[in-house]
Amino acid sequence: MSAVIDTPAPSHAADDGRDRRPSFARLVGVELRKMADTKAGLWLLIVVAVVTVLVNAGVLIFGHRDDLGFTDLLQMSGIPQGFLLPVLAILLITQEWGQRTGLATFTLTPHRGRVVAAKLAAALGFVLGAFVIAVAIALVLTPLTGHGFDGVTANWLGRLFLGVVIGALQGFAFGALLLSTAFAIVTYFAAPMVLSIVASIWTSAGDKLAWVDFGSAQGVLFDPSSPSGTEWGHIVTTSLLWVALPLVIGIWRIRRSEVK
Amino acid sequence: MIKVENLTRTYGAFTAVKDVSFVARPGRVTGFLGPNGAGKSTTMRVMVGLTSPSSGSVTLNGKRYADLPNPGRHVGVLLDASAQHGGRTGREVLAIAAQTMGLPKTRVDEVLALVSLTPSEAKRRVKNYSLGMKQRLGIAHALLGDPEILILDEPANGLDPAGIRWMRGLLREYADRGGTVLLSSHLLTEVQLIADDIVMIGRGQIVAQGTASELVAGAGTYVRAVEKDELARAAAAEGLVLSPVGDGFRVDAEAVAIGRIAAKQQITLIELRPADGGLEDLFLELTADTQRETFTEGVTA
Ligand SMILES: Nc1ncnc2c1ncn2[C@@H]1O[C@H](COP(=O)(O)OP(=O)(O)OP(=O)(O)O)[C@@H](O)[C@H]1O
Ligand SMILES: [Mg+2]
Repeated sequence: MSAVIDTPAPSHAADDGRDRRPSFARLVGVELRKMADTKAGLWLLIVVAVVTVLVNAGVLIFGHRDDLGFTDLLQMSGIPQGFLLPVLAILLITQEWGQRTGLATFTLTPHRGRVVAAKLAAALGFVLGAFVIAVAIALVLTPLTGHGFDGVTANWLGRLFLGVVIGALQGFAFGALLLSTAFAIVTYFAAPMVLSIVASIWTSAGDKLAWVDFGSAQGVLFDPSSPSGTEWGHIVTTSLLWVALPLVIGIWRIRRSEVK
Repeated sequence: MIKVENLTRTYGAFTAVKDVSFVARPGRVTGFLGPNGAGKSTTMRVMVGLTSPSSGSVTLNGKRYADLPNPGRHVGVLLDASAQHGGRTGREVLAIAAQTMGLPKTRVDEVLALVSLTPSEAKRRVKNYSLGMKQRLGIAHALLGDPEILILDEPANGLDPAGIRWMRGLLREYADRGGTVLLSSHLLTEVQLIADDIVMIGRGQIVAQGTASELVAGAGTYVRAVEKDELARAAAAEGLVLSPVGDGFRVDAEAVAIGRIAAKQQITLIELRPADGGLEDLFLELTADTQRETFTEGVTA
């Protein structure tokens, strides 16, 4: 029987890569695929694209074309995308728990931090894709508007993109923290609302609340005018509080928790 | 080879797995047997890093699971066949795993054929799969990377008798080619049919382990005769005690010893075989104090 013991089990059809750890790029590819290969995920992607087109078309049809320009169109796209991309980012994470696919994912890639990083990269990939679509649509439609490319700067484009990215990252962080689709989505949308309500009632604390009020702080990124130093400060502190902190706790939780 | 050493896993004050040590060897099918809640799944989850041990360790071919660069190519795992995204097709589930492991697409078709899922079934979404189809898909998933080790939690769940026989053949052949197979079950007969080695666990602790034949040998012989009383008397004269079981007797002796006595005394035997359910008795006995029934006795809900 010792001969048997020394023989590797079955005949190995493809021995290459047997001891090669899957590259990060491959893991990102798998995560992108896992978003698009389910009905829910695929529809979400389709809805992001379709709604972006519809919003732009709607503004052109029902708005005053002469008062519009590239910046307005792109800002319009940012509204539905600001809602949908965080949901996409949430799903990327929570699917593994809700559908229990984590069992397969984390046995094939036992280093959970790598999986989370790949998912994060995939989320950023989707955000970039959506942004490119929005820019492309705006480019096509701008000649029909009165203001054209007035006020468009690389800085402003960058800020807009940053705003969408931070929003998606926040969704991702909430997904990682809560590991439940419904819970994460509700929290994602309810938390800033609650904060705004608190801010509007508790006016005496307004100045201090600005440092934690995510919605207001990040909203500034979408304005054409450049944020002030204090406003940048608000953006940084709210991002740390609402994005970095839940993300760190979430990753810590994912790495230690039992997958079953 | 799977080597489990002094594995303990606690949940708060509750110890789900307590100081478990055993080895599953290449070329053999090891049955991991235990009643519900004994800790089989927990032990298996620890093996593949889904649950962290409180203490103790597991190595697979000498390495910790997390240290395997491409674990799917060395260890095939089936823990729960229903843990798949219902919205994906069976083929897609395998394709994702193949992509992660860096396998060619053709491998997906190979394993689909191996588990007898037809191309049209493979195109269906997993939520529309029958229990048995899910199980086959799970087995295909485990076999995908052509691993040397298989870890299967209740693989026969949901399979029909033909399916169970097919799986038995598959695992047998796999082990005969030098693979290590560890499968869990709470059904003794199932394990008896396929396992070379048996590890029994009850309430988190190993209660018996050895080769199946050793454990069965300990169970004795079952005998049925026309002249019952004469057989009992003759056996007693040889110092053997017959304990009545159903229509016949169970006796702690080899079949040949009973046969000789019968031949000498011209007793007509109508049945003589290794005690059926002998292992069952052993299983029930060994786990008696760990069993749910006993465990909850006296607790009136
Ligand atoms: N996260 C947890 N928290 C508390 N107890 C747990 C947890 N996970 C498992 N257990 C307990 O550990 C024990 C062993 O469970 P396990 O799933 O390993 O049993 P099993 O042998 O696989 O049983 P079965 O044959 O029913 O599948 C059970 O009593 C279970 O309730
Ligand atoms: Mg179990």
